[in-house]
Amino acid sequence: MSTAAVTDKRASSLRGASLPTWTPWAIAAGSIALGIGISAAAGLHSSIQWALIAGLLFVLGTYGIAARVEGRRQARDRVATSFVWVAFVVAVVPLVSLIWVTVARGVKVLDLYFLTHSMGVVADTEPGGGIYHAIIGSLEQVGLATVIGAPIGVLTAIYLVEYGRGRLAKAVTFFVDVMTGIPSIVAGLFILSLMLIFKMEPFGFAGSLALAILMMPVVVRSTEEMLKLVPNELREASLALGVPKWRTILKVVLPTSIGGITTGVMLAVARIAGETAPVLLLVFGNPFINNNPFEGAQASLPLYIYQQFANSAGSGAAYDRAWAASLTLIAFVMILNLVARGIARWKAPKTGR
Amino acid sequence: MDISTTTDAPPPTPSRPTTAEGKRTARGATRPGDRIFLGLSRGSGILLLVIMAAIAVFLTYRAALAIGKDHGSFLTTFEWNTNVLPPTFGIAVLAFGTIVSSVIAMAIAVPVAVAIALFITHYAPRRMSGPVAYVIDLLAAVPSIVYGLWGALVLVPHMNGLYGWLNDFFGWTGVFSWQEGAPRSMLTVGILLSIMILPIITNVSREVFRQVPQMHEEAALALGATRWEVIRMSVLPFGRSGVISASMLGLGRALGETMAVATVLSPSFDIQASLLDPGGGTFAQNIASKFSEANEFGRDALIASGLVLFVITLVVNGAARVIIARRSEYSGANA
Amino acid sequence: MAKRIDVSGLTAYYGSHKAIEDISMTVEPRSVTAFIGPSGCGKSTFLRTLNRMHEVTPGGRVEGKVLLDDEDLYGTGIDPVAVRREVGMVFQRPNPFPTMSIFDNVAAGLRLNGNYKKSELNDVVEKSLKGANLWNEVKDRLNKPGSGLSGGQQQRLCIARAIAVEPKVLLMDEPCSALDPISTLAIEDLIGELKERFTIVIVTHNMQQAARVSDRTAFFNLAAVGQPGRLIEIDDTERIFSNPSVQATEDYISGRFG
Repeated sequence: MSTAAVTDKRASSLRGASLPTWTPWAIAAGSIALGIGISAAAGLHSSIQWALIAGLLFVLGTYGIAARVEGRRQARDRVATSFVWVAFVVAVVPLVSLIWVTVARGVKVLDLYFLTHSMGVVADTEPGGGIYHAIIGSLEQVGLATVIGAPIGVLTAIYLVEYGRGRLAKAVTFFVDVMTGIPSIVAGLFILSLMLIFKMEPFGFAGSLALAILMMPVVVRSTEEMLKLVPNELREASLALGVPKWRTILKVVLPTSIGGITTGVMLAVARIAGETAPVLLLVFGNPFINNNPFEGAQASLPLYIYQQFANSAGSGAAYDRAWAASLTLIAFVMILNLVARGIARWKAPKTGR
Repeated sequence: MDISTTTDAPPPTPSRPTTAEGKRTARGATRPGDRIFLGLSRGSGILLLVIMAAIAVFLTYRAALAIGKDHGSFLTTFEWNTNVLPPTFGIAVLAFGTIVSSVIAMAIAVPVAVAIALFITHYAPRRMSGPVAYVIDLLAAVPSIVYGLWGALVLVPHMNGLYGWLNDFFGWTGVFSWQEGAPRSMLTVGILLSIMILPIITNVSREVFRQVPQMHEEAALALGATRWEVIRMSVLPFGRSGVISASMLGLGRALGETMAVATVLSPSFDIQASLLDPGGGTFAQNIASKFSEANEFGRDALIASGLVLFVITLVVNGAARVIIARRSEYSGANA
Repeated sequence: MAKRIDVSGLTAYYGSHKAIEDISMTVEPRSVTAFIGPSGCGKSTFLRTLNRMHEVTPGGRVEGKVLLDDEDLYGTGIDPVAVRREVGMVFQRPNPFPTMSIFDNVAAGLRLNGNYKKSELNDVVEKSLKGANLWNEVKDRLNKPGSGLSGGQQQRLCIARAIAVEPKVLLMDEPCSALDPISTLAIEDLIGELKERFTIVIVTHNMQQAARVSDRTAFFNLAAVGQPGRLIEIDDTERIFSNPSVQATEDYISGRFG
């Protein structure tokens, strides 16, 4: 094949000399081998270094070989292709590493005891203890935040889609967008400023309020999209039957889009469940079990991770607990995500492409 | 808002006598159900506006209390001593660190994110693009504190080699000089932030690239363009403003990220040329790190710095939204 | 420099679905060949196999041979990118690059293929726009975006862009279906001029148009929905429209179905 390609090059304008399909793999293998070789010879220890060398060799090698055989345009095309592939691999590496490390270190202490005991009698530097109090805190804070944030978000979305015309709706739309970008710590500071004014001590519900603020715009956005998917014909059909508008919304529009709305709310819950900064400012953390979100400091899972990391003076036992709590948190968030996606797929409007 | 116009919209169906009756009652919008429902939903929208206004007002109020007693200059002082008398604090170091870490994050994340978005829409084998998009979504779902833990305990130890290398080859620039301290520095923070903002930039860019009309790509193909040339001629020009606004959204997130910076950075209140030596700080990190030891006045000072962060992110996000809004074809960043 | 196309035993698939089956025909250089037939009969698919655009569609693949002056477009070692340079294409909806000026649109194909001097580019752009009967209308606003033109002008801009790279064959996929009658007439006139230089293949739903512009006409049909499309017959246009040899062709032309 290659000889034919070379001899025909002059005869035909349709034939470009082209590299065989296995070339990228060969160049990749060569670059990795060379990258490791060079690194070993130069005594480099870091895997990041040899990966960078290999990646660079891959892109340069592709360009050099392709430019010589196929021409500059094809070479540029191949470099773009290899850069895109390298970027993809580069993005996957941290994710794989993160999941791997979390699972590998998390399972060390993650067991039933860990899930059902608090840190009440355990110093941060010693082994033992668990995350029961943090789970309770997280569930209560996130639950209360959802109870506040989800209805307001859904109602706002209904207003924007079903009623919203004019300046008020425009203002709400704009500020919902802006609100999406508020850093979580700023939401925390807002509630903190109120607490300073009213001389309040940290308690769980204060964290819920901040989390609810973070949740609302996310719920508004996703609910809006879902409501927009409901065809106007449905609304008109119901209105034409003499059903009042509010009943049309409750009985026709919402049931049609309930799957998508639920998905959006669950994704928003997954997002706020991992928030640390506002909880740090408002709920403060507490090694003991506190079942009352309206009085006294509480713990929460993300905050627990941070405090185990920060207050443990490099103690291995605390790191183990931090990883185990991370694994629990990731598992919780991932399950929420998976269920939400499942609902979205199950309830998806059939009109989608 | 105006119910009568919307209820009049459906064409009359004369065969049904109930229609006229229903219309008559609905037209006045006097049904209690309608009024309550409209009130509730409009009230929720107004509540959101009130919350936004309240955030601005209360932050400004508490910030003013602190700034009024600041012995230094709030904008230029290189110090954060709020528990002593007279209190002296300023945001110069924080502003510098916030901008530097975000710029590093953007410089890494934007090209990689655009490449991954192109990978998903144009390069990956079809069976692969779905799972890849899912993996990126997973990256987005990981809580930031877990990134922080991973960054501090896994990424930081891995940076030594790279740092030594940068110091060997580029140390002469000053920016990449390294005194062999623990790599808990702005560069590591920037790299970690770039991983964290990658998904949002990727997802928004991906949606824009997916919306490039087939016919523009075919136009380039029919002229004899290679795949890269198709992307250069039709995909990137079409997606440019989308990518810009996606990057702004990512920037907004990088500016406000707290826990990942607080766990990785070894902070200090000075500005240094080197990105590799530990030190510096960001608004959000400083709030989280200084909060537990701050008295009431100290908390007000932290609120003042948070107000600055709030304004910066408002400007960045507002700009991103304006760019998106100017593009009528592009509908929503809700990917 | 127009070239002859020789198709033999060509079958095209979308995934596992067979879109067209076993098509063979010859297209003479410097002539206009029209493809007619009911919707879904695969004439557009067949057109897109002639410059290897079919395989761009996910799942698209082709069996059989397409010879361009004795060289098989689907042979080993053939570069599809080079094929598309030789066989240009104009699409159903005008698709100038929206971010490019009129000038840049016409020059786009040339710029892909290496370094041209500014004066050379100017010459080719002017020649191509004249060739597309558009020069007089746009010569004063070459730097304005191409998307500001009317539909008919945009389509002629696309034709100018396609002929600027001097292809051997020009494929047109229902080029007038999105245009008004006056613009359509302008394009039809243009086709008559272009056939002096290029081999032209045009897909059309409009039988009067096929009768007006083409030298030869090919009729495609499919046995039933879901069945692959087939070439029923190809003959001189005059014959197809006056005295076709297959009954189905006559039924279609006289409007008895489809």
